Amino acid sequence: MRIAGYGFRRHSAYRAAALAGAFTNTVFGILRAYVLIALWEARPGLAGYDIADAVTFCFLSQAFIGPMQLFGGGLELSGRVRTGDIAVDLVRPASLQMWSLADDLGRACYLLLLRSLPPTVVGAALFGLVTPVSPVTWVFFAASCALGMVVSFAWRYLMALSACWVVDDRGTQSLSLLMTLFFSGMVLPLNLFPGWLGSLAGALPWSAMVQVPADVYLGKRDVLEALGFQAAWAAALLALGALVTRAARHRVVIQGG
Amino acid sequence: MIEVDRVGRSFTVGRRRTRTTVHAVQDLSFTVEAGEFVGYLGPNGAGKSTTIKMLTGILAPTSGRIQVAGLDPARRRTALARKIGVVFGQRTTLWWDLPLKDSFELIRHLYKVDRVDFRRRLDELTGLLDLAGFMNTPVRQLSLGQRMRGDVTAALLHSPAVLVLDEPTIGLDVVSKAAMREFLRRLNADHGTTVLLTTHDLGDIEKLCRRVMLIDHGRLTFDGTLDDLRATVPEETSIEDVVARLYTDGSVSP
Amino acid sequence: MVRTYLLLAWTWLRASAQYPGQLATMAIGSFAVNALDVLAIWVIFEHTGSLAGFGLAEVMFLYGSAGLSFALSDMLFGNVDRLSQHIRTGTFDTMLIRPASAFVQMAVDRFGVHRFGRTAQAAVVLGIALSQLDLPWSRAWMIPVMVVCGIVIFASVFALGGALQFLLTDAPEVANAFTYGGGTLTQYPLSVYGGELVRGVTFVVPLAFVNWQPGLFVLDRQDPFGLPYGLRFAAPLAALILAAVAAFAWRAGIRRYRSTGS
Repeated sequence: MRIAGYGFRRHSAYRAAALAGAFTNTVFGILRAYVLIALWEARPGLAGYDIADAVTFCFLSQAFIGPMQLFGGGLELSGRVRTGDIAVDLVRPASLQMWSLADDLGRACYLLLLRSLPPTVVGAALFGLVTPVSPVTWVFFAASCALGMVVSFAWRYLMALSACWVVDDRGTQSLSLLMTLFFSGMVLPLNLFPGWLGSLAGALPWSAMVQVPADVYLGKRDVLEALGFQAAWAAALLALGALVTRAARHRVVIQGG
Repeated sequence: MIEVDRVGRSFTVGRRRTRTTVHAVQDLSFTVEAGEFVGYLGPNGAGKSTTIKMLTGILAPTSGRIQVAGLDPARRRTALARKIGVVFGQRTTLWWDLPLKDSFELIRHLYKVDRVDFRRRLDELTGLLDLAGFMNTPVRQLSLGQRMRGDVTAALLHSPAVLVLDEPTIGLDVVSKAAMREFLRRLNADHGTTVLLTTHDLGDIEKLCRRVMLIDHGRLTFDGTLDDLRATVPEETSIEDVVARLYTDGSVSP
Repeated sequence: MVRTYLLLAWTWLRASAQYPGQLATMAIGSFAVNALDVLAIWVIFEHTGSLAGFGLAEVMFLYGSAGLSFALSDMLFGNVDRLSQHIRTGTFDTMLIRPASAFVQMAVDRFGVHRFGRTAQAAVVLGIALSQLDLPWSRAWMIPVMVVCGIVIFASVFALGGALQFLLTDAPEVANAFTYGGGTLTQYPLSVYGGELVRGVTFVVPLAFVNWQPGLFVLDRQDPFGLPYGLRFAAPLAALILAAVAAFAWRAGIRRYRSTGS
């Protein structure tokens, strides 16, 4: 908890950058909303969404960019792996993974306030967004967002540590970016994907970052199943992360980098 | 060669409510004749870098008039660039990923240096600064001393009349420092290049500068020879102690 | 200026040859990330035969031509959006002490093969679209004109974004909204967007002249917003005006930098 608060405060130093990001996300939200409106005007009720649902989805996905760090990065860790400082972190008594998680959640909460609210408010003013009436939905949505952040962290943590083995991590980073953008629902709602591509996208972890929380918000998905899906991926990726941490410690500490 | 006439430079700092004006340089006047070797001293934040930036055309003065090699730096930046050489000790002006040789070749084109002149100049500098061993090494792989020698070479390839050095010996080991000083001394003596140098290393000043200028709180507090400077605080014997006294006392009676 | 640019670009290109693997990865990465846009268009057309009145081949044509303009101008000048980084690290000062334009030095900084990835992707899409459309020469002559005007327009937007960073050193991302936002806007037929927005990008920031107005001529289509027919030929004029504005803004930015030192 204290570490998360620290992450929150550390990030508040980048207020101008966060607001600039919010501005950019808003502009892109507006552009993408028009494209979705054109599609849903041509095909009303497509994929179980009406126009308002589609526009809401679009602005939610823009709002998630900051907290879920959909364009990758956000972890100080990857820089430390590159410089080799990671060796110091790995021999600390506290768990590197849990420590980074707390720090990252602090960052996510900060960006949720500064980078997610503005695009949503502007979207609501311009297009009118769907707002759930029931407070229960809001609670579930909050839980789903939190789980999404954990999945996002767990994935980026794996990517960051992979640099212990891969000499040049730019390849893995761009592959990760590609997967995240496309399979999270950022580019288009996943329920538009045809046939097997749709089923595949729905089963992969990236959908937990955008599609699932958005569906929980819109009330388009069984809540318990949705949260269960996210929790399962969070647990699996965190467990994998713990294994990789141990392997990294072995590699860096025993073999000396 | 350098004329600074009642130059002031102020900055506005802070956001709306806490906005204040800081005078980085105030009422600064001095003249440097061709062929002089001048040391420019001052504690951190005294206005040295601001002065250097104004002399090289990076920053325009708020008030007053500057002429370097007959040009107004802020108005004639590119014309001036061909007449002066600048070295920043803290950061390189070379291309990080390029071998030293390629950086020099690029500079030849940028400054439109004649091929024959360039060859002669480069050979001379290569000999004097002992560059031959790492001519083909990318700049990022050079040691600090090697990089600094490369930077100085780059600043001199177009045979500038004035050389401005901002802390050229910072971080160098004893041997590199001595070599750099010897080079600068010969450059000034043999080619008559006017040199203005800022430094925190008083060894540089003692070995090189016939004239010293001291700036503090944006104002020139001393301008004279090294002996005059010593004489201002007779009870101190080493130049380091003299300057330390001047920095803390702030006032000088020449 | 052109000579300096080519000289520096060639030097960088040779320097970058030291890391062939890295460059290939980056070129493929940028190719693939942009291919996602095409994948999105494909998914959309899985559900509908026309988007805002335009068919798949027409949308691909508009996407490809604007994409080519954007990619080429990004390749040549896109680096200008790193201005705030150069200011913060002090490298901008080292550019100012050279007898060459700071704009050129910055645009060409770290020029490498990886910048061709996006261009290749856009060219492929445009090529496929053209093979589907079967356009007569009496209209197709406009295509090279619009691509060149598009390059000038986007380059001007990049320069404006750079100039903006003289003011907003802490928030360079704001410029992205205009540069990359402009790139995204022109990917779809403008009939997708609201009338207000379209009038804005026609008469204020002339992005509509990148591919939309001249594209209507090439495709021989009615303007859904009913704007004058002559606008279809106004791309060169719009490009020139915007370039002049951008040059002015850039100069003002440099002047400001030298008078504030921040």
